[in-house]
Amino acid sequence: MSADTAVAPVVEMTGITIRFPGVLALDAVDFSLRPGEVHSLMGENGAGKSTLIKALTGVYPVDAGEIVVGGQPRSFSSTADAQEAGISTVYQEVNLCANLSVGENVMLGHEPRRGSGIDWKAAHREAARHLQSLGLAIDTRSMLSSHSIAIQQLVAIGRAMVLDAKVLILDEPTSSLDRGEVEQLFSVIRDLRTRGVAILFVSHFLDQVYEISDRITVLRNGQLVGEYAVHELPRGELVTKMIGRELDELAALASVADRAIDRTGTPVLRATGVGRRGALEPADIDVFDGEVVGIAGLLGSGRTELVRLLYGADRAETGQIEVHGRSAKHSSPRQAIENRIAFSSEDRRAEGIVADLTVAENIVLGIQARRGALRKIGRAESDAVVQEYMTALGVRPADPSMLAGNLSGGNQQKVLLARWLATAPELIVLDEPTRGIDVGAKADIQRKVAELSANGLSVIFISSELEEVLRLAQRVVVMRDRRKIGELDSSGVTIEHLIDYIANEGQESVA
Amino acid sequence: MKAIVKHRLFWPSVALLTLIAINTIARPQFILITVRNGELYGALIDILRNSAPLMLVALGMTIVIATRGIDLSVGAIMAVSGAVALTIIDGSAEPGSLGTVLIALVVALVVALVLGVWNGFLVAVVGIQPIIATLVLMLAGRGVALLITEGFITTVNSTPYEFIATGYLVGLPFALLISIAAIAVVALIERRTALGVLTEAVGINPEASRLAGVRARGIVFSAYVASGLLAGIAGIIYSSNIRAADANAAGLFIELYAILAVVLGGTSLMGGKFTIAGTVIGVLTIQTLEATILFLGVPSAQSPVFFALVVIVVVLVQSPRLHSWARTAMKTARTRGASDTGPRAKVAS
Amino acid sequence: MTKSLDLAPRRAATPSRYATFMSRRASLMPTFAAVAILLVLLISAQARFPKFLSPGNMSALLLDNAYLVVLAVGLTFVILTGGIDLSVGSVMAFTGILGASLLAQGIPAVVAVPAMLIAGALIGLLIGVLVQYFNVQPFIASLAGLFLARGLAFVVSLESIRVEDTFVLWLQRTRFNVGGWYITPTGIIALLAVAIAFYVLLWTRFGRTVYAIGGGEQSARLMGLNVARTKLMVYVISGVCGGLAGLLLTAYSGAGYPRNGIGTELDAIAAVVIGGTLLTGGTGYVLGSLIGVLVYGTIKKIISFMGAEQAWTQIIIGALLLLFIVVQRVIVTRSQRRR
Repeated sequence: MSADTAVAPVVEMTGITIRFPGVLALDAVDFSLRPGEVHSLMGENGAGKSTLIKALTGVYPVDAGEIVVGGQPRSFSSTADAQEAGISTVYQEVNLCANLSVGENVMLGHEPRRGSGIDWKAAHREAARHLQSLGLAIDTRSMLSSHSIAIQQLVAIGRAMVLDAKVLILDEPTSSLDRGEVEQLFSVIRDLRTRGVAILFVSHFLDQVYEISDRITVLRNGQLVGEYAVHELPRGELVTKMIGRELDELAALASVADRAIDRTGTPVLRATGVGRRGALEPADIDVFDGEVVGIAGLLGSGRTELVRLLYGADRAETGQIEVHGRSAKHSSPRQAIENRIAFSSEDRRAEGIVADLTVAENIVLGIQARRGALRKIGRAESDAVVQEYMTALGVRPADPSMLAGNLSGGNQQKVLLARWLATAPELIVLDEPTRGIDVGAKADIQRKVAELSANGLSVIFISSELEEVLRLAQRVVVMRDRRKIGELDSSGVTIEHLIDYIANEGQESVA
Repeated sequence: MKAIVKHRLFWPSVALLTLIAINTIARPQFILITVRNGELYGALIDILRNSAPLMLVALGMTIVIATRGIDLSVGAIMAVSGAVALTIIDGSAEPGSLGTVLIALVVALVVALVLGVWNGFLVAVVGIQPIIATLVLMLAGRGVALLITEGFITTVNSTPYEFIATGYLVGLPFALLISIAAIAVVALIERRTALGVLTEAVGINPEASRLAGVRARGIVFSAYVASGLLAGIAGIIYSSNIRAADANAAGLFIELYAILAVVLGGTSLMGGKFTIAGTVIGVLTIQTLEATILFLGVPSAQSPVFFALVVIVVVLVQSPRLHSWARTAMKTARTRGASDTGPRAKVAS
Repeated sequence: MTKSLDLAPRRAATPSRYATFMSRRASLMPTFAAVAILLVLLISAQARFPKFLSPGNMSALLLDNAYLVVLAVGLTFVILTGGIDLSVGSVMAFTGILGASLLAQGIPAVVAVPAMLIAGALIGLLIGVLVQYFNVQPFIASLAGLFLARGLAFVVSLESIRVEDTFVLWLQRTRFNVGGWYITPTGIIALLAVAIAFYVLLWTRFGRTVYAIGGGEQSARLMGLNVARTKLMVYVISGVCGGLAGLLLTAYSGAGYPRNGIGTELDAIAAVVIGGTLLTGGTGYVLGSLIGVLVYGTIKKIISFMGAEQAWTQIIIGALLLLFIVVQRVIVTRSQRRR
């Protein structure tokens, strides 16, 4: 049910301009939200999406332009201000207090009182009522931390409803959810939409954006590209508007997946029956020289757990690993590194980049760690390595003395890749290397992976975007619910085929 | 010019130099160094010598803080090492012989090393929060020292032992030489090898460092061992100075002064990047301040008030809020002075 | 067009009683452990020294440590927000000698006592302002407070000052007897402090904000709570408790002494941690802190009964603290592995 275009918008932002030192973050952007619609805000990293949202929620003051909420011009000086005007935000990290109960989180700051103290009974009753209306029937006295992220997010939405939100901003709400949880979230969103709430949905999962939105606003480089009804904007056109160029360079990679691989000799890595209680059922996987093995599956299917066991980031409880036919024990990353295996974690900020060290120091970290604390890499050698990889991967800005924490997500991923490639590995494991980075950097990284494997490097590649996996891998290992359900040769396999395979657990689908 | 001002060591150096300048103005003989029998004397030399225990402890503290940890037990370790050394000397047949003293030193330092290993084990292997892990030894350590000295203040008369704190070698106080040697060794180890940058990596992002193959556990562990050993040496210098093992007073509050020195020098308590030179300047600043206060006739028991003011001034100066106030104030001053040429765009504050 | 998958509907399990209890009250486990330890200590002490559990002894247990109870209460507020206050021992000494000095100069107790509390509050306010408005780490800010208070204590007087004031002495000397049990006004004050803190932390928005900040300061702020004022207030509360403890200790010993309380902040922190409050903040109960102080006091008493040197108290408290921390760590790692 799409919004009636004749209804007055609940939020109207006109000519919004925000300047930071040296950067024009938003340039006279217009944006409007109507009650009872789901509106997606799209754009690459650095396009201005989060700046626009922060202007709306009172985090940043505007330099020019006007914000009108519910017919009244407003200027917010804090998030509390914005909340009072009916604008609530649910962040990706679910900003609630995990050490408090569910009910308390919902009612915090607005608890019913009795005398001079809080009336807990009434508080939990009211919290339960709000959560029920979202289809959530959980024990409001239980601690928030005892629930999954998906449930916590719904609790955050419940809190927004207590605050009588007219505008609900959902910032990347589905990044940590599995398919079932996404469905649950979407049905809540649809329900809120029927109730007249305006929902601003920010996500880089194109499928989901198309599934749930009514309108899309596209930003690029701080400027408004346009506002479209969802059915007026085909996917290819959306991506083009977001990055401003055609994507045929990615199409050229299609030939990679069809490359022939010699699987007659000893595999670079063979793992049999590796597993870990509560994380992964015993699984087998092997990778040959110059091969790209993709791992496909939904969130929570055990892909990351599997590769972490292969690398020794977590300790395997069962199974064997053989590197070039020799038995190996990977109980810590160091042993895997000795065996020329590299691993790029999916959480590049928490597990990859050392933010306060320079780009150069980050790149040589892998080699230095291998060499030990006592033998320092000389200046000349370090400069040469850093220069080589920064150019090869196109790291921007091209300043090795810049702090790695100040780079954009895409460039941080390139620095991570540089770190591992500098150690001259035989096998590199990439866990979601293109997640959350702009389409341009995505293309760069995919191209590099294809190039490296053509030159003999073996790759294990995890991605939630099935197109990416099929595009780059010769073989696809399929996982679901923490076990491996099968393996496919990627040539000739389509996305629908793959999804079918996952859904039917490897059995041929009944026509 | 901007590069110098922005340099990490700028403000700490300015603070120290200002302090020295004030002292010199008050009593010009402050910077006077005299030579007697080939040995250097003077107020500055006193400061350098007296700063030795704090310097050693602060060096260890810098490394530990860099790994995102803290070592609250250094004062207690000082007390224990002094107690062990003096008890051995006291109980021996020849307290004045070099051999006895050397044995006492070795045993005391081994004990300090073991205590450092204990801390390292709790933090790096068991995974306990550093503040609690070292709090345990801080509480228990003095108790242990008291037991070793059986509750008394053990005094000795041993010339070789006294030499440590009061003797001279090549014209300089021996304690100062120990200080310099420690600074040199630590700086060399941290910067000539990759230990420094790997320690910083571990402090900034322990998990990323582990996945990158850095021996994080070993680095954290050795930081506490080093801190323990350095505290042990400091304890020996301290007890040599008073020729006694005072389990209650040895190294009292020194962990706090050491942390202050590290912070004054510019290393962040959050861990990660650290500076040895900054800590050295921090220690000298504290020691100079202590000397200034004593010179002013303030009873040393009241000197903490001055240190409180120092801490407050330092953190205010380092505080970003003060910087933004200063910037807005300067901007208002500038715009008030400039002529109005027309409507100005509103600047985001 | 959606490429949706039809996964099997999730089984809704009815949780067991135990599971419900754990999901609601898991944070109480450390405090239960503290109670268990206290009981074990008391029972084994009674087995070894038949007169240990006498009403007289047990009453003294509370009253000898009344000052520590008050300090632990104030410290609990600070630690719950994830901060720390190293100044409490020195504040106690400073306000104690300040009060004694004022009383010795003839100033009536009705002025001197509030002056002690206000002095403590001012130091707490200083720390709070540094932490909240200048983003100074609580460790460093309270370090400044420690230095300041300790130095000021000696500025007031380098020597101890006896207290002759009738009110202050009445606080300690009066006993209300019930059977063999007795309590003095100082003990009542300590218990009142616990009771008030208990109510505030569980039933007022201020108290819930304290917990929220400990759980996630950023989240609390985004939820519209007044984080700034609350963080400031917890340090003021700790300072006031320092002042109150100064009053209690001065009454107890009959004099103000600037060397009082050296290292007491550690004992207080140990008591709070043993009582089940995590140093990371967000979890803990003020009743637990009371238990922690009783554990501390019991150990001290056992040591003195055994005739051993008081040095053993420090060693045992240290060992106990270690035991607690290790067990807490094991529990945390095990629950993480299960997830």
